[in-house]
Amino acid sequence: MSLLDVRGLRKAYGALNVTDDLNLSVEKGELHAIIGPNGAGKSTLIAQLSGQAGSDAGSVRFDGAEMMGQPMHARVRAGMSRSFQITSILPGFTVLENVAAAVQARRGSSFRFFAPVAGERALNDTAMEALARVGIAERAAMRAGSLSHGEKRQLELAIALATAPKLLLLDEPLAGTSGQEAERLVEVMRSLKGEVTLVLIEHDMDAVFSLADRISVLVYGRIIATGRPDEVRTDPKVRAAYLGEETAEEGA
Amino acid sequence: MTRLTLTRAWAATILFAAFAILPMIAQALGDSYLIVIATRILAYAIAALALDLILGYGGMVSFGHAAYLGIGAYAVAILGRAGITDLGAHMLAAIAVAAVFALITGAISLRTRGIYFIMITLAFAQMGYFFFVSLSAYGGDDGVTLNARSTVFGQPLLENNTALYYTALALLIGLYLLAVAITRSRFGRVLTGARENPLRMQAIGFSPFRYQLTAYVISGCMASIAGVMLANQASYVSPSYMDWHRSGELVVMVVFGGIGNLLGAVAGATIALLLEEWLALLTKHWPILFGLILVLVVLYSRDGLSGFFRRNRS
Repeated sequence: MSLLDVRGLRKAYGALNVTDDLNLSVEKGELHAIIGPNGAGKSTLIAQLSGQAGSDAGSVRFDGAEMMGQPMHARVRAGMSRSFQITSILPGFTVLENVAAAVQARRGSSFRFFAPVAGERALNDTAMEALARVGIAERAAMRAGSLSHGEKRQLELAIALATAPKLLLLDEPLAGTSGQEAERLVEVMRSLKGEVTLVLIEHDMDAVFSLADRISVLVYGRIIATGRPDEVRTDPKVRAAYLGEETAEEGA
Repeated sequence: MTRLTLTRAWAATILFAAFAILPMIAQALGDSYLIVIATRILAYAIAALALDLILGYGGMVSFGHAAYLGIGAYAVAILGRAGITDLGAHMLAAIAVAAVFALITGAISLRTRGIYFIMITLAFAQMGYFFFVSLSAYGGDDGVTLNARSTVFGQPLLENNTALYYTALALLIGLYLLAVAITRSRFGRVLTGARENPLRMQAIGFSPFRYQLTAYVISGCMASIAGVMLANQASYVSPSYMDWHRSGELVVMVVFGGIGNLLGAVAGATIALLLEEWLALLTKHWPILFGLILVLVVLYSRDGLSGFFRRNRS
């Protein structure tokens, strides 16, 4: 059985069907990329899967349990984490604290009022591992708000990793990064393959086609094609969708 | 970070030490009124400390914290009349009622954010105010004079102003240390994180509401202890303790001292009440001067008075 099984998912803003009877299966261990032209509903889909946004209809089965109606924090605790397209960190916390908070969420009660949390070695050590993995361990003591944009993207990924997810929904992790930073993030994602099941939304097609085991193409809220990268690349429906967009852009 | 914590520890030591030797100074000056003012200051410092815990760390601007002063004060009056005079019993009753009140009103208020949260906490406090106004058995609007202060181990120890003062100081120091511990704990991290970015906290698996509500209840319980102290200090209880002006004064104290560092709330309460006393000697229009000073402090230091202090140190 698939780790994530989405059936008949719908969401409409007024008359606009942003997610329109969407079906998607993600197998355990795969890196499943979702691509599609701007406005296809990719970020809305992530928001619906993570529980940030509600859904009008459909079913989201994760690891054998129905997630529909569950709030975001419950889905995270069930093993389904996400990263944000627009960096979402705790700017006043240190880099280490940002990640340690995520470790804390899954280790023991946080209704502890007396012992200083900064002294919890177990939390900090696990957090440092996540920071080292994305390559910003030397920034651990800095205020998160003072990181560069690229470093914030790395932190965003480290936080998501620190929740120890079974399924990680990555919403454009490369957004706004370039050169070395982007390469580093791609390498981290490659190293995660097989360890964590990944759903990746990304505009960088080189990254997508080099990383993905399977790719689904989302157009107007529907998956129009799913398959291995080479299958998707040659799919006439996909070519039409992307070509159509380019023609429209040229016309504009 | 470490240096700042150390500076704060020194500042706290100096401030509390100054409070500790104050009765001796008052005695040397032969000014017994000083102790009376200082006890009031300590009580308000407890309430401001309680408010700073949720305002500064939790981002919850409660405009109804005077309700807890009233709950604490009426616990003393009502139990006292029923023949229960023990201070411990008064505090326990105050804390229990405050906890229930905070749990119910907090659970509703926390459904809202920003200005709506401010307004709804204000509305709940006003409901408390009018409840006690209509409580004619306890003097209604006029309030009621206490027959005696709370007792300790059956002894009327607190009839002595200095003993009452040191009791208030011990409570303030104890609650300050408790609040500092809370802000540095696991719980404190979640509370602060939920203020910084609630979406991020949900995305790592926390439900901010539970932590915010818990903090709100803790804060209400702490503030009710301030009410117990105020009633004892004045030997008089009236609905005016719950007046919305009073809630506003608490917010002013916290902002004045600098939000989100606990000691600032203590300093803010101290200086606000001292200014009130001194300015009142100068002119009966003292609130204008006070307002002017508040505006200047807020304009020139986002962290209130503690901001000036920090700047001078560095």
